[in-house]
Amino acid sequence: MRLNNQVGFFQVILTLVFTMCLRVVPLSEEMALLNPDWVLLVLIYWVLSLPDRVGIFYAWTFGLLTDELTGRLLGQYALAYSLIVYLCLKFHNRLRQFPFFQQGLFIFFCLLLSQLLLFFTKNLQHPAQLHASFWLPVFTGTLCWPFVYSLMRFISFFRFIK
Amino acid sequence: MVAVIASTILLVTEYRSSQNKVHSTISVLVDPLKYLVDLPTSLFEHAARSVISYRALKLENERLREEQVIHQTRLLKFDALEKENIRLRALLENSFKLGEQVLVAELLSVNMAPYEHIVVVNKGTRFGVHPQQPVLDANGVVGQVFRALPFTSEIMLITDPNHAIPVQVNRNGLLTIAMGSGQLNRLILPFLPSNADIRPGDLLITSGLGGTFPQGYPVAIVDEFTTQPDKAFATITATPKALLDRNRELMIVWSQSAPVPLITKSITDKEDKKDNTDEVK
Repeated sequence: MRLNNQVGFFQVILTLVFTMCLRVVPLSEEMALLNPDWVLLVLIYWVLSLPDRVGIFYAWTFGLLTDELTGRLLGQYALAYSLIVYLCLKFHNRLRQFPFFQQGLFIFFCLLLSQLLLFFTKNLQHPAQLHASFWLPVFTGTLCWPFVYSLMRFISFFRFIK
Repeated sequence: MVAVIASTILLVTEYRSSQNKVHSTISVLVDPLKYLVDLPTSLFEHAARSVISYRALKLENERLREEQVIHQTRLLKFDALEKENIRLRALLENSFKLGEQVLVAELLSVNMAPYEHIVVVNKGTRFGVHPQQPVLDANGVVGQVFRALPFTSEIMLITDPNHAIPVQVNRNGLLTIAMGSGQLNRLILPFLPSNADIRPGDLLITSGLGGTFPQGYPVAIVDEFTTQPDKAFATITATPKALLDRNRELMIVWSQSAPVPLITKSITDKEDKKDNTDEVK
């Protein structure tokens, strides 16, 4: 899983930018409720595979950009992403040894934590109503993790072989 | 740690004042993404428009011409009516607001966040758009500008759960407030008592109170009026006139806030000027 330093800086940036596009892609109302936090999933992947290069700085910057993109208060996603990436950095050695199922569980809690933080910061702004479907992206995100993981691995190895 | 502190500081400053330079700077980086996401949809629409058949085009042209004639005849008396309205208002010692200026903006098919009815259009502060401007389409009120960024602006629809618009029943001038319901085809009027004079089919227009929306634009049509004996307020729902989910062209409105002075002098002045120009011609 550990890749060489050759894996490009651009690769990380491009995948993250692409996931940001996925965040705002036009979907029907039901599908929009299910749309998981792609940026966070890909960030976690990069942190796990390149912990010495992708860190909190990336998380914070892309969190800020996501804030602006989705029209939040500046700093909501930045805060959530940097905290979660910090956790991932702390545990990345252990996480790599985990079986797939356990890794999935960890991802689930990461997504849950980020959604909770978003809810808290949103609540600061004005009391927000909490819909049951607010938590749906957490589940779909966890289900998407295996696909994201294998796809991203394919992308990074593709570059590596070349 | 630094990141956490920085984001907290940002959050606090944002919490105090949501409009600042930081937003517009970052949005310059992010706005291209919105255009990028919109690209497939707009390309598809462009293609669909380019391959339209000659017959369909001809039919549409005929229909539009007919509509144009009908509107033209309706407008014939408009000038006279406007003058009359100004004169009558002057008699009542009331001020009259001048017309509005509009800018056509196109919707970007971008999905900002679920639960919030916020859409993005392709005109921003570069075109002089500013927050709280009313937004209309050909059928009625759509919403108001929520955030204006350099290249795009976000528009909150009237059906957003956080939106409320002061309205008036066109039939009898009953004033109330219409709130968004979170569904694209429904507004709620929660503040009317059970004995209010309102019935299904009534047209709701903007009342002009609150100052954001100019007076007299159609908003919605009442479609249900039910009273419950144990509740003080009736439950009334209305359907927005504007095609909120179908229109791609929206109009951002500048209402000229300086009203015509009370005295009839201004009217006579204007008429004099008009006479002069006629003479020049």
